[in-house]
Amino acid sequence: MNQDNIAINVQRAVKRYGTFTALKEISLSIYDNEFFTLLGPSGCGKTTLLRMIAGFEDVTEGAIQLFGQEIETLPPNKRPVNTVFQNYALFPHMSILDNVAFGLEMLGRSKSEARAKAGEMLELVQLSQFAKRKPSQLSGGQQQRVALARALAPQPKVLLLDEPLSALDLKLRKAMQIELKHLQRETGITFIFVTHDQEEALTMSDRIAVMSAGELQQLGSPRDIYEAPRNMFVADFIGETNLLEVSVDDIQNGRATCHLGGGHELTCNEVQGIGVGAKVHMSLRPERLFISEAAKETASLRGKVVENIFVGTDISTIVDLADGPNFIVRTSNSDRGNKRIFEPGSDVFVNMELGAARLLVD
Amino acid sequence: MFGSKRRFDIKSYPGFLPVTLLCLVILYAPLLVVTVYSFNASKSITIWEGMSLRWYVDVFVGPESEKFKVAAWNSFVIAIIAASVATTVATLAATGMIRAGKFKLRGLSFGLISLPLMVPEIVTAVATLIFFNAIAFERGLMTILLAHTAFCIPFAYLPISARMQGIEDSYEQAALDLYATKRQAFTKILLPLMAPGIISGFLLAFIVSLDDFIITNFVKGAGVETLPTAIFGAVKQGIKPNIMAISTMLLAVSIVMVTVSYFVSKSDNTK
Amino acid sequence: MAAGAASGGSATTDTYREARTWLLLPSWLILAGLSLIPVCLMLIYSFLTKEFRGGVIWDFSLAAYDQFFFDRGLFGDDPAQIEWTYIAIFWRSIWQASAATLLSLAIGFPTAYFIATRPERNRAIWVFLITIPYWVNLLIRTVSMKFLLRDQGPLNDMLIGIGLIDTPIHIVNTNFAVQLGLFYSYLPFMVLPIYAAVERYNFSLSEAAADLYASKFTTLRRILLPAVKPGVVAGCILVFVPSLGSFLAPDLLGGAKNFMIGSLIEEQFKGNAGNWPFGAAASMILLTIVLILLLIFARQQARAEKEAH
Repeated sequence: MNQDNIAINVQRAVKRYGTFTALKEISLSIYDNEFFTLLGPSGCGKTTLLRMIAGFEDVTEGAIQLFGQEIETLPPNKRPVNTVFQNYALFPHMSILDNVAFGLEMLGRSKSEARAKAGEMLELVQLSQFAKRKPSQLSGGQQQRVALARALAPQPKVLLLDEPLSALDLKLRKAMQIELKHLQRETGITFIFVTHDQEEALTMSDRIAVMSAGELQQLGSPRDIYEAPRNMFVADFIGETNLLEVSVDDIQNGRATCHLGGGHELTCNEVQGIGVGAKVHMSLRPERLFISEAAKETASLRGKVVENIFVGTDISTIVDLADGPNFIVRTSNSDRGNKRIFEPGSDVFVNMELGAARLLVD
Repeated sequence: MFGSKRRFDIKSYPGFLPVTLLCLVILYAPLLVVTVYSFNASKSITIWEGMSLRWYVDVFVGPESEKFKVAAWNSFVIAIIAASVATTVATLAATGMIRAGKFKLRGLSFGLISLPLMVPEIVTAVATLIFFNAIAFERGLMTILLAHTAFCIPFAYLPISARMQGIEDSYEQAALDLYATKRQAFTKILLPLMAPGIISGFLLAFIVSLDDFIITNFVKGAGVETLPTAIFGAVKQGIKPNIMAISTMLLAVSIVMVTVSYFVSKSDNTK
Repeated sequence: MAAGAASGGSATTDTYREARTWLLLPSWLILAGLSLIPVCLMLIYSFLTKEFRGGVIWDFSLAAYDQFFFDRGLFGDDPAQIEWTYIAIFWRSIWQASAATLLSLAIGFPTAYFIATRPERNRAIWVFLITIPYWVNLLIRTVSMKFLLRDQGPLNDMLIGIGLIDTPIHIVNTNFAVQLGLFYSYLPFMVLPIYAAVERYNFSLSEAAADLYASKFTTLRRILLPAVKPGVVAGCILVFVPSLGSFLAPDLLGGAKNFMIGSLIEEQFKGNAGNWPFGAAASMILLTIVLILLLIFARQQARAEKEAH
């Protein structure tokens, strides 16, 4: 990732379909050689933004630059970016090799040169033996790799990937996630990846732009976004969390003391823009909480165990705070040796480290 | 398979199978009978005197052979030209209707394209005759060709547009993304994918033109005949064995073409 | 996604937007020139004066419509009475087309239903079998039908042969022969829409009805039929409309006593005895009836579409 060199610069881009606004003034910069993900639920505008970069949607207002050059008025065939389509869109009447060679041929290379280069690309994705086949004769995972090879063959400056893994089953998807990441490192090409799968985004990306309702909610590294969500939407969309309504009673030395009803009180790090008296939401990641029989010195909340739910790697314990909300606490199955599982009905304390609770701006 | 031994089947109703079979019998019996009698050695159409190809020979060398040859040639040439023009026009129109975004005149264009299907054939025949009369266009082969071209367009359009709607536009978008121009996306991607639809559109238009009687009968010039008008004229004098031989050959042509069309449209080159 | 659907998933995409006019122009020109303008001209011709050797004189006249609806005696100066001859022909045509439609429905519905409930891989073959005859020349089909049904034809021969009857049944030149001919001409138009509707029908509705103690017949009447009604209506319209204006079946199978609209119109343009304005007027009246039917049909289909969502 090269932060000095901006590959794609989106400036206050707006997209309207009639009266419906799909994108509301999005601005963001994507660095050269970066694995960048647009993440959000369906209808959030992420695909629209990707298609605007590719040239399939015109930009209603604003500008898009590719390495400093304005591209928003160029047709797709004049933009040095290529797309891996969601359903791959492999030309069904052409062989795999012809599919991969297509872009180079259209760029004016000779047929033999295009095919030679296409052969190399197929080698890169380990599909050389299928060169003569038609797309329909390949499995989903293989088609996916052909689509990648086809989009990479003309050596685009930026590669756009529109939910390319959504049609694959879970195992194949996990394998492809790693392969994609490797491919990005190897080629050094900027990848812009669209997905609605937050786990996929966290696994693969250098940076993530979380989008909702046509707006950018938060932009940051996977770690930032997970651990320091800016708002309710991000906290709720990424991972599992306990969202609590709290009011801020006091702020001292960067610590905010909040209460959450029922006489429960919590201390957490101050967040800019939230002052004393504010009524806001707080996010508590379940895996950063732990349960004990006795109160600890750090923030401790008294409650009763309602239920334990076995979810494979973890056990989720639902705790009902006295006169307060329900909590989910996640205990990893691997440290069961150290941590006790409390039976339903047990009186317990829910504890957390200082950084575990996060106040949300909106 | 449909007997009472089978467990309760909500979908099957007693009697529907016999009705279906009856339907097939009604549909095929006349055609089979005519085919069989076309091989009758007898001069009479009522008495069976054994197998013979005599009437097929008669069609090609008999006293009326010249008339039917000219009529068949006219029918064939008109059908080829009308179907070719109609298919080309319909392919362009389908692209304009389905691949060129929404536009105000879309409904009107669709109405225009399907107009020959909504107007009863006899009305089209009358209207076309009046049109040629009003512009003082002399009736002959050309008037038949023009009329056929117009009413073949919707028949070619239907399979072509159905096919085009089935082809996602992501293929063309991928082509554009890979530096193809729009023209290249059309010729290198859309047209090859459309091939089955275009072929079946052409074949249907061809058959429709070849089969037409009413419109042709109205707009043809005096003395100009196509196969259907020639057959109709002959049948007015009574059904003769040579007519049955011609009918059987025409029937075979239609069935072969529809069968080809069926298998072409089933071959899906997008999968 | 919603935005993606607005651009990518809809039936209309805009890849060739700039070329739209050029793509559509040929079809506009040909169909406007050879379909729309002729129909307009026909309307004009129906208000012109007839020329005795065929053709028209460009003088405005209501004579064609007057002749259709009113009888003013041999010399045209008697008090106007309603002329029943042509109305009767139209009425007979409507009756014949209706009977043919009912016949097509009676045989077409079970057939369409049967086909739609076959295993999926066999359905296309069944549909193909039903549609093949449609693509055989209509004239040949009608002639074949006449050949089969003749008094000395194979059908009567067979019936006498197996001892079912002693003397041939007269079928040709009866109303029934015309109905059979129309049925034969347009049956696929009945079968295909019903087939499509039944194929889309969700059979768990029938199962739910059976589960709630409905008999098979009640299920058919109360659940299945309402669900596939748009298909049935479509089929009826598609058979009725071409039957109404048909020429070959009444002409070849019906004979002089069973004259229908098609023959009436055809006569007006044959040789010197014709009356072009009258033929144009009769055509206009036919076209009006058909367009009203299609309009009702379109509204009904639109309503059904709405209800389905």
